[in-house]
Amino acid sequence: MYTWIWRHLPGPLPAKTLAALVLVLAVSALLLFVVFPQVEPLLPFTDVTVTP
Amino acid sequence: MSSAVDLDTPPADTRSTPDEPRRRGDVLRTLVRGLGQTLITVGLISLLFVVYELYVTDILAAREQDQLSQQIQDQWRDDPTVAPAPTAPAPAAAAPPEQPFTPAPISVGVGDPFAVLHIPRLATDYSRVVVEGAAQDQLAQGPGHYLGTAMPGEQGNLAIAGHRVGRGSPFLDLDRMRPGDPIVVETADAWFVYRVLGDASTGRFDGDPSGIPGQEIVRPEAVSVISPTPGGPADGPASGAYLTLTTCHPKYSAQQRLIIHARLDGAPFSKATTPDGPPALAG
Repeated sequence: MYTWIWRHLPGPLPAKTLAALVLVLAVSALLLFVVFPQVEPLLPFTDVTVTP
Repeated sequence: MSSAVDLDTPPADTRSTPDEPRRRGDVLRTLVRGLGQTLITVGLISLLFVVYELYVTDILAAREQDQLSQQIQDQWRDDPTVAPAPTAPAPAAAAPPEQPFTPAPISVGVGDPFAVLHIPRLATDYSRVVVEGAAQDQLAQGPGHYLGTAMPGEQGNLAIAGHRVGRGSPFLDLDRMRPGDPIVVETADAWFVYRVLGDASTGRFDGDPSGIPGQEIVRPEAVSVISPTPGGPADGPASGAYLTLTTCHPKYSAQQRLIIHARLDGAPFSKATTPDGPPALAG
């Protein structure tokens, strides 16, 4: 997968590196601010209340 | 496929071998590589989730608390039941030594802020806005008040839940609370001072005559800790004005619950006469 992405990034090495970096940051931001907040309530890690 | 694969298999080798085995080897290699990359990706995402829980939620919660703090200050300023200090009714102002001060009853909708929690033991300027309701949505903003439990100053049990780690970690250091430590609840017109149960001189949590411990660690389903009388039946009578804080225990886990019980200490302080808070906050 990563090889495939790398081969399809355009331009010379510096341009590819920059594009890869931007991709990584974009995916991280998507996970942190969109995916994780939605998934978190479904996970048991954050229970602090007493419930029967 | 990739340059790495080309290096692994010298051209001389591939040319001399027949087509069939080489293609099967390629397919196998691609599958294994795909599996490896998937596992690494899953690992990285898990790590990122930890970063999210520990740091990013703090940032989000801090923003929520700022907004709530602003909202509750506005709300209290506009609240008609709270007479501003300078225009307080003359009779009340003329007789401050007596104790005619009765705080206005609080009614609040789910999700709305209604009080500010001050715990000097955790930090000298520790203050968190408490919202009504203890579901995930409310707890993401700050400590949440269990629905149906007592309001500040009322007989019964004022029960509040808060996160231990992440989401601003309001109750991270709750295990540092000692018997006799003040927990001050600020409302629209009053300050209520609760003190952690137990024997302040020996530091033992089980010294209270009522038999209620100042601190306990219980299973997550031990709902009796937020009963009107902590430890009693859920619909039992209230034997005093208690405050109960619940959070998860141990840190980074949700296996158990850390519980702090406190009892109202003396009469409430009117905000009109003590705008800077009770002595318990200063000391």
